[in-house]
Amino acid sequence: MTGKYILEVEGASQQYFDQSEKSFQVLNNINLQIREGEFVTIVGPTGCGKSTLLRMILGSERPSAGNVLMDQKPILKPDRNRGVVFQKYSLFDNLTVRQNVRIGLELENFSIFGNLLNTVFPGWKYEEYSTLVDEYLERVGLLQHGDKYPYQLSGGMRQRVAIAQAMIMKPKVLLMDEPFGALDAGTKDQMHAFMLEQWQQTGQTILFVTHDLEEAVYLGTRVIVLSQYYQGANGAKIVKDFNTPWPHPRDQSVKEEELFQDMIKTIRNQGLNSNYLLNQEEFDLSHADAIQLAS
Amino acid sequence: MLSVTKRSSWTDTLLSIFLFVLIIILYQYFAHQRHLLNPHDKLVPTFAQMLDAFTRSTFEPDRNGVYRLLDDTLASGQRVLISMVFVFGGVLMGAYMGLFPVMDKLFYKFFLFFDKIPALAILPILFIFFGLGEVSKVALIVIGVVPTIILDTYLRAKAFPQEQVIKAITMSASKSQIIFKIILPKIFPMALDSIRLNFKAIVLFLISGEALAATAGLGYRIFVVRRYMAMDIIISYVIWIGLLSYLIDAGICLWIKKQYRWYNK
Ligand SMILES: Nc1ncnc2c1ncn2[C@@H]1O[C@H](COP(=O)(O)OP(=O)(O)OP(=O)(O)O)[C@@H](O)[C@H]1O
Ligand SMILES: [Mg+2]
Repeated sequence: MTGKYILEVEGASQQYFDQSEKSFQVLNNINLQIREGEFVTIVGPTGCGKSTLLRMILGSERPSAGNVLMDQKPILKPDRNRGVVFQKYSLFDNLTVRQNVRIGLELENFSIFGNLLNTVFPGWKYEEYSTLVDEYLERVGLLQHGDKYPYQLSGGMRQRVAIAQAMIMKPKVLLMDEPFGALDAGTKDQMHAFMLEQWQQTGQTILFVTHDLEEAVYLGTRVIVLSQYYQGANGAKIVKDFNTPWPHPRDQSVKEEELFQDMIKTIRNQGLNSNYLLNQEEFDLSHADAIQLAS
Repeated sequence: MLSVTKRSSWTDTLLSIFLFVLIIILYQYFAHQRHLLNPHDKLVPTFAQMLDAFTRSTFEPDRNGVYRLLDDTLASGQRVLISMVFVFGGVLMGAYMGLFPVMDKLFYKFFLFFDKIPALAILPILFIFFGLGEVSKVALIVIGVVPTIILDTYLRAKAFPQEQVIKAITMSASKSQIIFKIILPKIFPMALDSIRLNFKAIVLFLISGEALAATAGLGYRIFVVRRYMAMDIIISYVIWIGLLSYLIDAGICLWIKKQYRWYNK
């Protein structure tokens, strides 16, 4: 993949404090360069700091050391360029499904005049959004649930609303934290197709955290494994970073290929296996953009 | 919470009005006994006398040609309405303090301290500064209740899920959009609830203010007729105040339930 780097993580570490006010390192000297239009999937053992890394890129959290850049400029705060789907659904529970999906458009195209007019004539201003909103609701399979409130939805449905809500804004970078954890296999496949389609249309850059290795290899153009288990461990590092060879759009049948299955096995037996990693002197960072540091 | 299928039967209705009926019967019996001994008893008026007093103050103009109950209710209502403007201002203030650290630092300690001062203790100061007019009475209500409302809304705005604020920012929300389109719509029913619970305090301060200096008002009337030991008027006014407060409370409850279906879910 060519194209300029849209995201750069330079030697970023993150420390937190436990109950007794002692600091502990969650991320240790993470270096990462991501080109525009990449679909990066991130896997790793639970608690290794995947969500933390995502929050640092989002800008809601600053690294305790190092830098995170977007388009060569340091990321200091969340902004319109980076959309997010949180691990725990964070819908606005005072809004219906339809309003939840629409709210981004309202916020972006806000005018006091339009808002006033809309108070007097409900539904007037938002008419123009309704086709787009319905289209997205349709894509995530929730069109007939548009008027429900989040408390009336199942966990998987809420997560799909959150996805539609973030995707409709078409941010340059989309950060997704285990968005499909609560979905059944069939719905998951639909959502994959939907995401890949929009990703290819818009040329967005996507960072996607998941525990599902098949999903990681199938969706990603690049797979990154983060782990806190390695020699002299002190906070998670990137222990694997590699390309997936199949061009998008990929057919579901690649999942049957031997190479595909081998990749999953390699991730499981090497990236997620603490015994294996503890005996490694160096990590397998075969991706062309991976930054290999002398340890 | 345990949710049981609704069972609305006449036994439930009977149970919920049982204590009311019991008290009324006991009272009426007691009053009747006293009136048998002394027909001119003023301390324990019978219900007939109270009703009579109530109709007199409602439907018959007094010496000056005013319908007293209406006049008093309007005077008190106006004071409450004016202080409501400040109460809702307090809701806004609380939301701003919850979102903006500068406002938080500037005002939080201040209002926390102010909230601890009993408003009634300031009343003499108010009278000295603002005189005995309307300003003092409204100020008493405002000083007594608004800090509580501000602190309550502040805590709710503070406890607002950070993820939702961040998400709004990633969808290009400005600071004022976060207040008016994200935070306020969600905490508004909570604020209504806390106004509802604080309504008692509002009435309390209203009556205290009116008792000390006024020419009309529900509280004023009760304290004026006390001089003549007019228990019939006092009790009918007390019931009237209770009834009004109850209706307002029920009204707000109904409004919350209808307008904010997602609330308390
Ligand atoms: N705000 C915080 N304060 C203190 N510790 C934190 C905080 N946030 C995360 N941690 C700790 O940092 C580590 C990494 O957390 P993180 O949520 O990033 O893991 P994760 O890789 O996303 O895990 P999972 O796969 O279970 O979602 C955990 O040990 C967690 O306890
Ligand atoms: Mg996580």
